[in-house]
Amino acid sequence: MVEILIALAAVLAGGAFLMALVRFIKGPSTFDRVIAFDVLTVISITFIILSALIEGRGIYLDVALVYALLSFLGVIAIARYLEGRF
Amino acid sequence: MINLMSAMTLLFAIAMIGAAFVAIQVKQISIAMLAAGLVSLLASVMFLFLAAPDVVMTEAAIGSGLTTFLFFFVLGRVRGDKND
Amino acid sequence: MESLLNITGAVLLVCGATFLFLGGLGLVRMPDLFNRIQAGAKTTTLGTLLVLIGAAFLQPEWSLKLLLIGLFLLFTNPLSSQVLARAAHRIGIEKSDKTHVDKLAEDLGDKR
Repeated sequence: MVEILIALAAVLAGGAFLMALVRFIKGPSTFDRVIAFDVLTVISITFIILSALIEGRGIYLDVALVYALLSFLGVIAIARYLEGRF
Repeated sequence: MINLMSAMTLLFAIAMIGAAFVAIQVKQISIAMLAAGLVSLLASVMFLFLAAPDVVMTEAAIGSGLTTFLFFFVLGRVRGDKND
Repeated sequence: MESLLNITGAVLLVCGATFLFLGGLGLVRMPDLFNRIQAGAKTTTLGTLLVLIGAAFLQPEWSLKLLLIGLFLLFTNPLSSQVLARAAHRIGIEKSDKTHVDKLAEDLGDKR
């Protein structure tokens, strides 16, 4: 039961991942690609937590913390560059 | 559950190919750098699915975080115009 | 035989993944950039928080790390989307035809 529900969650997150990737590939402006990058990073956090639940290893959660930090810093840096304020 | 991990690895591999296609196809240099950062990020998640968490931390911090940040910082310093 | 705690955690995981799916759908279907930022940032924040709570139900000994990730995500994800939307507004990305109210432009116009 729990395994089936985890697989269903992985399938739904995979659909979200594919749609954000579509927006990344065909996005008209740079900002569309930046927001698609942000969403892909957050969906990757979900995938990391699902794989930690499947494998049963708690060390994977440190990687998810690194990813949360990374998404924030990357988007801030890119937004400052696109404003032209470096 | 082996099959689910394999399917997730395959999904990330396909996404890596799409991001690399964007990186070589697009004209603006900022989008190309963003796509290169995305390739590095998806590669690090694939390393996690192949059960190597320490490699993932190094790859995510250096390849996706520091390199993208440094590219955008240098590009903002070198060029004044916002067109490319 | 699974306990009620495991079933609750798995159902919360599926709810969070559903919110992520709706966020991806909004990211594809929305007409202009600001609506895409709205759809992408808010739904992914709520969906990831629900996934974290579900994982805490499934593995109760990971609760501290999951709480840390959740707090960090709750602080940083709306901030980064707001910084991005402000940068797009300052550059002058065109809005959709259905957008009628622009409070930030009104405030800036009053200040100048």
